[in-house]
Amino acid sequence: MENKILKKVDYIFQESSINEIIDVVSKTLTKSPDDIILDIIDSGLKGRGGAGFPTGLKWKFTKNEDNPVKYVICNADEGEPGTFKDREILDTVAIKVLGGMTICGYSIGAKEGYIYLRGEYNFLLPKLNKIVDDFNKQLKSKGIDFNIFLKSGSGAYICGEESALFESMEGKRGEPRNKPPYPAVSGYNSKPTVINNVETLVYVTMICKMGVERFKELGTKDSRGSKVFSVSGDTPTPGIYELELGMPLADFIEDFGDGDTKAVQVGGASGHCVPRKHLKETIIGFEGIPTGGSMMIFNSTRSMYNVLHDYLEFFNEESCGQCTPCRVGCQQLLKGIESVKKGDRKPQYLDELKKLANTMKVAAKCGLGQSVANPFNSIVDNFREEIIY
Amino acid sequence: MSNIETLIKTLVEKHGKTRNSLMPVLQGIVKEEHFLSEEAMIAVAKELDLSAADVYGTASFYTFLDTVPRGKNIIRICKTISCHMKGKDEIIEALEDVLKIKVGETTHDKKFTLLTANCLGWCHKGPVMLVNDEVFPEINQQKAVEIIEGIAKASK
Ligand SMILES: Cc1cc2nc3c(=O)[nH]c(=O)nc-3n(C[C@H](O)[C@H](O)[C@H](O)COP(=O)(O)O)c2cc1C
Ligand code: SF4
Repeated sequence: MENKILKKVDYIFQESSINEIIDVVSKTLTKSPDDIILDIIDSGLKGRGGAGFPTGLKWKFTKNEDNPVKYVICNADEGEPGTFKDREILDTVAIKVLGGMTICGYSIGAKEGYIYLRGEYNFLLPKLNKIVDDFNKQLKSKGIDFNIFLKSGSGAYICGEESALFESMEGKRGEPRNKPPYPAVSGYNSKPTVINNVETLVYVTMICKMGVERFKELGTKDSRGSKVFSVSGDTPTPGIYELELGMPLADFIEDFGDGDTKAVQVGGASGHCVPRKHLKETIIGFEGIPTGGSMMIFNSTRSMYNVLHDYLEFFNEESCGQCTPCRVGCQQLLKGIESVKKGDRKPQYLDELKKLANTMKVAAKCGLGQSVANPFNSIVDNFREEIIY
Repeated sequence: MSNIETLIKTLVEKHGKTRNSLMPVLQGIVKEEHFLSEEAMIAVAKELDLSAADVYGTASFYTFLDTVPRGKNIIRICKTISCHMKGKDEIIEALEDVLKIKVGETTHDKKFTLLTANCLGWCHKGPVMLVNDEVFPEINQQKAVEIIEGIAKASK
């Protein structure tokens, strides 16, 4: 694998006028849906919402469904602790997101697109409403049959999970559905649906604008393109940065750490904790640790017990409570580390708790319960003494 | 027709008489009334042809759809790790002090409710608080108190 030094790039946040984006859309729509989908597959673009599913394939599956009604949904429920890039994208270059949604709609045969915006970002609504209105009008004047609507969430992290998001849009409790069927077959209103992260949709517009070849020059073979990172914690330069994928975490910390970095939590509360001794061999990208872009940096003054405690409290509160492994599991993991800390339980109890976390990984119904083992195991394995004493 | 029934009728007209409108309708009520009363939920059920239990089921799932009375201004302080590290505890202390309430409570004059929230998406600019829909990043004790006092004055 090629090793690169940290590369800051500037594509995502480059300003674009509505006319520019409408031009990109009009030009792209002269191609056939199949050709566009082939381009997106060829670009190697993978979803930026965390799971990293190839975007072009997702579109292809949805296009192949024979149904007169289909939907495009932009997942703007950004709730993963430590992630704030989608807010910035919608605040500064929302127009590119709308472009990506329209291109997707044409490619899969959908006439309606929805942005599901988390309630915490309602302050963006007046601005977004206006941009969406203007954009819809422009599409209409160009004879493009696609309309975009805005929906608000109401403060539930789990609604970022795609099937919970559909439930919420249908006026129900945000409880994840069984899969299969996947959204490509049965999503919003049980119709074939493409759901993509905000950032993913911006890359669609970018690929159509710059061309597949140029996009492929960015990043590595397994991780094409750049990625927007949300950097917080013990760093002199917290903020939002667009970097090429495929970098060793050590290079990242060289640039962003405060010189005293003890650990980095990659991918938010549901991601992995990487201790200093593993920074060198950890690659940020789909070949190593994939990430929705959250990088939380902890220096030696921080107690990793407190960090884990915070995460478990978060999951405990945000678990939808629908399935037992997650509802009870989150509770017991939290109680468990508290009792080990207090000395009510022996340190070996942590191994029992790890077994529980691993059970949740296979027995929980959705990604929330399944991923609690990521922070739990990586923090307990690397900072066991801090949990015990 | 009571005020709340009129409000619900208007909201249903705007968003459409379908189950898919339930969230925007409930959000619209909370915007005006600051919480969902039993009366409101029953009226929504009637208007959208759902069972009241169904409406309550949805409402009770969402943090922002309160089913207990709240103040006119809802303060939410981010308590997740980055804001925790940046001193959210001190902010909470300062506001508890000036409002003379604890987290989860509402002031006697019904002007403020003080709550905590999970990650608000401003980790690079913590500590952060949300007052209704408005965001206040990079606050400290003094700024937080000034903001709240400003809102209290403005809503006299
Ligand atoms: C608990 C949970 C929360 C999620 N939150 C989000 C989110 O806030 N934003 C997002 O884009 N994807 C989120 N996802 C992932 C979505 O389910 C889905 O995979 C994603 O929106 C697909 O878009 P992409 O292919 O463009 O990444 C979440 C998943 C889980 C399990
Ligand atoms: S894993 Fe947790 S969040 Fe997911 S369905 Fe089960 S209880 Fe709900």
